[in-house]
Amino acid sequence: MGFRNIIGRRLGLGLVRRRKPFSTATCDGDGNGNAKSINLYSAINQALHIALETDNRAFVFGEDVSFGGVFRCTTGLADRFGKARVFNTPLCEQGIVGFGIGLAAMGNRAIAEIQFADYIYPAFDQIVNEAAKFRYRSGNQFNCGGLTIRAPYGAVGHGGHYHSQSPEAFFCHVPGIKVVIPRSPRQAKGLLLSCIRDPNPVVFFEPKWLYRLAVEEVPEHDYMLPLSEAEVIRQGSDITLVGWGAQLSVMEQACNEAEKDGISCELIDLKTLLPWDKETVEASVRKTGRVLISHEAPVTGGFGAEISASIVERCFLRLEAPVARVCGLDTPFPLVFEPFYMPTKNKILDAIKATVNY
Amino acid sequence: MALSHLAASASRSSSLLKPLSSALSLRRSISGDNSPLTVETSVPFTSHQCEAPSRSVETNPKELLTFFRDMALMRRMEIAADSLYKAKLIRGFCHLYDGQEAVAVGMEAAITKKDCIITAYRDHCTFVSRGGTLLEVFAELMGRQAGCSKGKGGSMHFYKKDSNFYGGHGIVGAQVPLGCGLAFAQKYSKDETVTFALYGDGAANQGQLFEALNISALWDLPAILVCENNHYGMGTAEWRAAKSPAYYKRGDYVPGLKVDGMDALAVKQACKFAKEHALKNGPIILEMDTYRYHGHSMSDPGSSYRTRDEISGVRQERDPIERIRKLILSHDLATEKELKDVEKEVRKEVDDAIAQAKSFGADRKEVRATLP
Repeated sequence: MGFRNIIGRRLGLGLVRRRKPFSTATCDGDGNGNAKSINLYSAINQALHIALETDNRAFVFGEDVSFGGVFRCTTGLADRFGKARVFNTPLCEQGIVGFGIGLAAMGNRAIAEIQFADYIYPAFDQIVNEAAKFRYRSGNQFNCGGLTIRAPYGAVGHGGHYHSQSPEAFFCHVPGIKVVIPRSPRQAKGLLLSCIRDPNPVVFFEPKWLYRLAVEEVPEHDYMLPLSEAEVIRQGSDITLVGWGAQLSVMEQACNEAEKDGISCELIDLKTLLPWDKETVEASVRKTGRVLISHEAPVTGGFGAEISASIVERCFLRLEAPVARVCGLDTPFPLVFEPFYMPTKNKILDAIKATVNY
Repeated sequence: MALSHLAASASRSSSLLKPLSSALSLRRSISGDNSPLTVETSVPFTSHQCEAPSRSVETNPKELLTFFRDMALMRRMEIAADSLYKAKLIRGFCHLYDGQEAVAVGMEAAITKKDCIITAYRDHCTFVSRGGTLLEVFAELMGRQAGCSKGKGGSMHFYKKDSNFYGGHGIVGAQVPLGCGLAFAQKYSKDETVTFALYGDGAANQGQLFEALNISALWDLPAILVCENNHYGMGTAEWRAAKSPAYYKRGDYVPGLKVDGMDALAVKQACKFAKEHALKNGPIILEMDTYRYHGHSMSDPGSSYRTRDEISGVRQERDPIERIRKLILSHDLATEKELKDVEKEVRKEVDDAIAQAKSFGADRKEVRATLP
């Protein structure tokens, strides 16, 4: 299957982009076809099954993926596609990603799993220095576009320092890769399939809190959702809220509360953080004049900072209030003190009011 | 005590269960004394690039009784932690060490508190052997301020600065280069101390381990890398993860020793040997052949990747506490009842510590009640 559209143009980020979203299906996940109510890990599982079914050069590997994985995202894959395509690796993240890059460089779809995003750092060098720069530095002779790295991220209520981190900001700073974070089961399946089939290496963070908790109607067929397109999931006129992943449901609760006070909130799911859809966010801010960004990761240097800077650059005269960020505290992710660390609904609500009343 | 002469002759036979003369009816206090006793390790050591130490270990009644008490305490502590976790008083992650106690007590018996120990997340018992109290353990597990890390670290992050216990690490393998750094500082200070950097069979496949080994060997650091091989990296058996599960040989140019990690005396002998080696010749690897009864953590029943027969088999044949119990009984150092009394005492100590720990600091309900 050729994924490089001959009329695609290369973006400044060293990425290759198709002119329109690629889809093997006749619908984009919003309507036709049978849909079943399933949770996030099942949706991801479905996406992986389809990925392996539709491309016999697709592989899934990582720690403990064979029996189904610690979050059951890879259930049934080894039985169905065999050990040669779905296999465990030893405990070595750097090795896993390096190996994945090599596999992808040979034209395969390498779907690597890092068991928790907190463990991704040994592989950081491979991702930043190898995966992200391969196409560029070889003058397009080689690429590892077939590489997708999946990792569960985010708070889970009791994860502590090393089972709760949100490291997306580190990766958003790397031209040459894409960073995608789904908010729900239906989004996850479509986005993951797009990531896997995208001709660029992608890091796909899955909100682990939602693995079981989030249940949604998910079409059973093969469908893809476009990357680098943000979605306005709630229309409003007084303030724009921007977020991704599990945090959106917290933000939505805050929006509901704010509505009782007569504040109309517009909520945007960024979906792809790198490269992110500036146009959609900007259009919303031009409408509302106010913006609030919320993420679990610590506030300093978090991806909210990039969004804030960009919006101020583009919408300075339109803004009625400073850009607000409601994020994790600047501490290691705590165990006992998690409830204090998190950007809670009330913190967001306070910030909405402060911004609107500025 | 007259026991010692008979002990010397008893050690010539390979069986450590050979009872001493029953004509001796001299009774000793339950705390034992320091009269030397020689015991053979369960199996001889296997070595790589070095000469193995003798399997005859010098010990004494006091040490054996201390081993028994300490391991019984650790065992009881871990089992109590299991119950507390199920009662949701401990949240997050909890990796229990029961079955592996001999490594902690044997190592401590061979070294001083000036030597450093650094380990991964299965650290409760190592902390205790470094002098940590039960109160500090349970308070930390329950996130209370009286915990050794002020409740901020939790199960995986126990530390004790005054006895050079550098913790308590969540990221697999990351503690090993750190341990080699400690060894470098020790060499620099010329204080004749060493560092024991512990890791598991899963961590043995991390690249950073080999970087640490190379550096330690290149610079002759007094670093002892101890692979606590309990044969399963979470749910993965060693042979599925490692081309060569002979972890004591993985150092290639670094010497290694394979040790029965369920035999506290073998552990002690190996650590003593390793310390001497490291001070003179640089790094050495110890592979402790050990076993954990619990699963990887409290979220893992531990029986989906190994059979219950295997687990109970190890418990029957190789349990470290039973080994010491048999040794004590066969050498007539205490009666069965006295040992059972020790176990009862230890149980009470654990219960008291838990009760005390619960009285400290805020519990989760209180924390949530004050949320912004």
